Parts: sequence; C-alpha cells; structure tokens
Amino acid sequence: MGIASDALKNFKGFNLKNLPEVEPVSPGHRACQGCGEVLALRQAMKAIGTNAVVCSATGCMEIITSPFPQTAWRTPWLHVAFENAAAVVSGVESAFKAMNRKKIINQPNTIFVAYGGDGATADIGMQALSGALERGHNIIYFCFDNEAYMNTGIQRSSSTPFGASTTTSPAGKKSSGQSTWKKNMAEIAVAHGAPYVATATPAFPIDLMNKVKKASLVPGPAYIHIYSPCPTGWRCGIDESIEIARLAVQSKVFPLYEVIDGEYYLSRKVAKPKPVTEYFKPQRRFRHLTDAEVQYIQGRVDENYEKLLKKIVVEDKKKEKE
Amino acid sequence: MSKQIGIEVSLAVAEAVGLCDVDVVAAYPITPQTHIVEHLSELVADGHLDAEFVPVESEHSAMSACIGSSAAGARTFTSTCSQGYALMSELCYIASALRLPIVMAVANRALSAPINIWNDHADLMYARDTGWIQLISESGQEAVDMSILGFRIGEDKRVLLPVQVNLDGFTLSHFIEPLTIPDAADIKKFLPPYKPALRLDPDNPATLGPVGMPDIYTEARKAQDEALKASKPIIAEIFKEFGKQFGRHYNLVESYKAEDAETIIVIMGSIAQTAMTAVDHLRSQGKKVGIVRLRVFRPFPGAELFNAIKGAKNLVILDRVKSFGGGEISGPVALEIKSVLYDKQHHPKVGNFLVGLGGRDVTVQNFEEMVERVASAKIGDLPAYEFINVRE
Ligand SMILES: Cc1ncc(C[n+]2csc(CCOP(=O)(O)OP(=O)(O)O)c2C)c(N)n1
Ligand code: SF4
Ligand SMILES: [Mg+2]
Repeated sequence: MGIASDALKNFKGFNLKNLPEVEPVSPGHRACQGCGEVLALRQAMKAIGTNAVVCSATGCMEIITSPFPQTAWRTPWLHVAFENAAAVVSGVESAFKAMNRKKIINQPNTIFVAYGGDGATADIGMQALSGALERGHNIIYFCFDNEAYMNTGIQRSSSTPFGASTTTSPAGKKSSGQSTWKKNMAEIAVAHGAPYVATATPAFPIDLMNKVKKASLVPGPAYIHIYSPCPTGWRCGIDESIEIARLAVQSKVFPLYEVIDGEYYLSRKVAKPKPVTEYFKPQRRFRHLTDAEVQYIQGRVDENYEKLLKKIVVEDKKKEKE
Repeated sequence: MSKQIGIEVSLAVAEAVGLCDVDVVAAYPITPQTHIVEHLSELVADGHLDAEFVPVESEHSAMSACIGSSAAGARTFTSTCSQGYALMSELCYIASALRLPIVMAVANRALSAPINIWNDHADLMYARDTGWIQLISESGQEAVDMSILGFRIGEDKRVLLPVQVNLDGFTLSHFIEPLTIPDAADIKKFLPPYKPALRLDPDNPATLGPVGMPDIYTEARKAQDEALKASKPIIAEIFKEFGKQFGRHYNLVESYKAEDAETIIVIMGSIAQTAMTAVDHLRSQGKKVGIVRLRVFRPFPGAELFNAIKGAKNLVILDRVKSFGGGEISGPVALEIKSVLYDKQHHPKVGNFLVGLGGRDVTVQNFEEMVERVASAKIGDLPAYEFINVRE
C-alpha cells in the first residue's frame, strides 16, 4: 500500500443521488456556447467545493471567468501568468503550511488547486509543473485539454492530435494538419511518481468528479488530465461536445484510467470499440484526412490502447449508470 | 542586545531575513547570490527559522511561488541576480501590480553575453520599470538594514509594494565585514507581524489577477503609480523611525562633502567607498569635490537629489551598465538626473561615465580622471556618455 491507496481506503464516491449542489464556478461566465472545457471545470470544482484556493493559468478558463469587475469564482482565485500555475500553487500551499504551523491562520484542510489548458500544461508550463510534482506539494493539478491554444485562436500545441487542422498546423496541399503525435501528459505525471494520476472527461461526470474527490483526499501531488471538447476550435456543433467526448472514450482515442501509487486501474473497458472515423466525423478539424491517414491513426490508437491494457492491474467493475 | 560580529555579508542578510520571521522563502541558486539562500535553507534545516523553504526549479518559479505565497498572506522572501532576474522578470511586473510586499535581495551582477558572474548594475536597471521599490546598499551593514526595512516599507498599508534590496555582487555579498545584526526583540518591535489587506482566504473569497479590459486598465495602472509615488515620503519616514530605534540613520539621498562642492560625483552602491577615498585626496589638493549617493532608485527621489546637487557646477554621473540606445542617450542614472535638471531649468556641466562593467575595477585614479575631465571640459563638449578604463 502507498500513501494514495491508504488515503482512499474508505473512499465513498459521488453518485447521481448525492451530487453536491455547490457551484464554485457560477453560471454567467463568458465561455462559448457548448464549451466542454468550462463544463469540465464546473464538474471538477463541484467535487472540490469551496474550501479551496484555485490558481489559474492564462487561457480560456481564466479569461471567461474573470473579466473585472465580474467574477465567476466563489473560491479564492489567483491568476498570475500563462506558464506558472503549478509554481504559484506551490507558493500558496507552502504559505498555508507555514502559517498554519505558526498559528497565524487556522485553515488546515484547505485544498490547493491549479489548472491550465493543454498549452499551459504540456508546453509552456511543463517545467513549472514538473517542479511542483517533483517537490511533492499537496496540490491538485487539472489539465483541461482542448487540444490547442484556443484562447489565442486555435493554434497547435504538443497536445494537438495527429492530423488535426489548427491555425498553425493547417491542412493544405502539402500538409495533413498536425504532423506529430499527441504528447502523453498523464504518463509524464506518472513518471514523476505522483501518488494520484487520472484521465477524465465531462462526458462521464460521475467518474470525473470521483477522480477529483480522490485527488483531493490524497496527500501529495495529484494530476488529472481532462479531455475537454471545444466546439469553436474543433469545428463541431455546439450541442456535440459531450457526444464527441463520449466517442473519444468509446473509440479508445482517450482511455479513462487512474494510476494510484503507480498502479494502473482502467475506469471503463471499451468492449466494442467504435472506429476512429466515427469520432472524427462531427469534427471539421479532421475533415481533410485521407483513408490512409485514418488507417495510420487507427493503428496507433489500437496499439496505444493495448500498451495501456498491459499496465492495468484491475478493471473497475462498477459501470457508471448514466 | 544587538551584536557586532565579523560575518560575510550574504550570511548577515540571511540572518536578518531570518530574524524578520519570514514564512516562506522560494529561491534558486545563482552566483553571487547563493550564500544568501544557502544560509536561509540552513536556518530552516537547523530549526532556527520556522519557514517553508521552497527549492524551486527556476527563478521563474521562484517569483511565481513568491507571488502565490504573498497572496496567501505569508511574509515572503527571495533572492537572485542577473540571468535569474531576467528569467523571472515577467513575474516581477505582476508582483507589483498585485501589490504584494515580497522582499528580494539582488546581489547585483552583469547580464550575458558574454556570460560574466561579476558585479555591475545590469539587473538593477533591468528592474527599474517593474514598479518595485529599489533600495541600494553601500555597505554590508546597509544590506542588512535595508533587508529589514524592505519588509517594513513594503508591508506598510500605505505602500503595499514589493521591495528589491540591491547589494553589489562579490564586492559586498562576499565580503566579511564587522557589522551589527539587530536583536530579534528589537526587530519585532520595529516590524509588526504582516497583516495583509487581502489574502487568498476560503472564508472570504476574492478574485485576484483578473482580466482588465481597456475600460479599467488605465485606472489600474494609475492606481499602481499613485502607490509608488506616495511611497517616497513614507520610505523617508520609516528610515527616520529606524534611525531612532537602531541609531543608524538613512536618507533617500546621501551626501559626502557635497555642501560646498563645485564638482559632485553621483553614484550608487558600494563603489562610493572608493569614491570617498578619491574625494578626500582631491580635497587635500584644495579641489572642491563631493559625492551624492542615491540610496533609493525607485521611487526616484528627484527633489531630494536636486537639493543635494544644485550648488555644483560640474556633475560626474556614474552608470554601471550599458543600456543600449545609440550614441545620443546617456546611461540610466544620468538620464533620470538630466530630466530632473531640465525640469528645474538648471544647467551644470554633466559628464556621464560607464564604469565597473562586469566586475572591472574602478580605481581612485579613475575618479580623479573623471572629475578632471568634466571640470576642464567646455560647455557642450561632453558626449552623452563615455566609457572609462576601457581598451580601444
Ligand atoms: C508567456 C506567454 N506567452 C504567450 C501568451 C499568449 N497566450 C495566452 S493564452 C494562450 C493559449 C492558451 O492555450 P491553452 O493553455 O491550451 O488554454 P485554452 O485557451 O485552450 O483553454 C496563449 C498562447 C501568454 N499569455 N503568455
Ligand atoms: S474557445 Fe473553446 S475552450 Fe475556449 S471558451 Fe470557447 S468553446 Fe470553450
Ligand atoms: Mg487548449
């Protein structure tokens, strides 16, 4: 047993009957219609509650929740810059630790959250995140992965999937869009020895919220990579975010799993996988792909899924009832 | 009782910061700042200082963690210089805009390239527009006192700004000097516990660092500017209070034999000590030379400086950085002073000299040369700046 499994021994999760009513991220923010990222943020924060300090990277979720003098935040919230949310939260957590110990404050159960988009996490903020994970602060880091720099107009990131057309990896006569494979941030977090790492998506809200809850119970750093559809950037319908996120899981493009003290647990087994073409269909960012390219992607998706299965020790038997 | 001891200045600064009962230190090593943070981590490790030492992976994260820590309401310290300062500079603007009274010691060092670990004021000047208060030490004692004063000034409710305590790398940071480290109880009396006006508090949530649209950005900037402007008399007031309690008296601008001087050397930092030797020598030859030293560079004490130099016919202004701008623009210290002189319609002869770059020695002879150069020049003959002690 490790520190995470110890902390989760008596874990009682959320179900459809006991969802918290609290909305730390209140409605009325300025996200685009159908935004999957703000939905993920909302679900995650419902599971956290308001006894938390939240540090935000620059990006869509910062801009749309904090246009002065308005705010969507019911928790204390701090935005500093694009690439440093993990370092900022390290400072906040250290400050609370020192001040609680020195009896300057009495808030020992505060939860420390940092979040960033895929650009803030996998690209420019990778070093700060690596430092925070390695130092072992008692923090939770969310990466809201919409697979591009959306806030600045859909530029590619290292988390943009192979073949996706973005404004800096445009499909053209001599280009099939993004030419590199998506960086696997969850595995990078695992490699740091973080006691709790998980993947999630708002298409499976109970699963997402339970993972967040677990992350909050585990001492030390927790990392959750949250796949978050963006209709504006993915060029799909504003009513298709959840459908696409579900297809991402069902097609094995984005498998849901947890890594607790380094041990892998599959959150949902994909028994009858859908072809990636079904996942691509509603998204115009993939429209240009040739059959050969689709085949190549399918091959790699299958291969990656097999690799993941080999690491799994336990499959979660309880299926989510949704 | 305060004690006088012989101690390396870096260690003394760390001791003083420790006596200020900081809660969080987040820092990254860089020569010649290392001894300051090494000693602080030692104080924590030995249980002499009850603080969190956050060994961050870069200076960028050092200042990021300091911002998080200070916003959480903790007394927060860091230290850096040169490349480290440059790396964290993005965040330095944000620290002041968020009105966080972080104290940072900068063991002033040259900027690359070529890479050079020795002393000049490149990092000090890099920081001048960031909205921080900049204090400058001449001696180890001053570095110690400025560190204590930094917390008191920055945390004053009327100020709430971060403070940079500058001490020359190596020539101060690594010197062993006899100096007085104030007594913990005295420091406690002078520096009450930090009570933030606003903190990241789950019981009282606030949104910090929001988006500022064009309709409020200018107002936000103006409010910040007002704070820095208003800090000048408060700094002077706190210096006075410090003098009363500790017997060491500081001013925004310091003078040495300047009252009747025809030629005044304007200077910052530890080379003032060499300048004093030169002035004593020139005075012994009957030459009326004095020194005016800026202790505070931001907020710029224009009025106090003018009062100190207005009687002089010749000004020898030293800059310890090459701030690139072409041949017609003086160095940063001279630029500020020239703008004060212009506003006062006052026209002494001004010579601006770039000296002591990247650890180059500045000798007594160099000072005499500069004084002679300005004194003997015809009005209008002096260039915007010139290098001294340089191979062609
Ligand atoms: C140092 C720095 N570089 C670039 C930017 C511009 N910028 C702001 S947000 C952003 C992209 C954000 O992308 P991501 O992190 O994926 O978040 P999203 O908006 O997609 O949610 C960029 C490039 C910045 N603010 N700071
Ligand atoms: S651009 Fe995309 S991620 Fe950003 S607010 Fe709009 S839908 Fe959400
Ligand atoms: Mg993104």
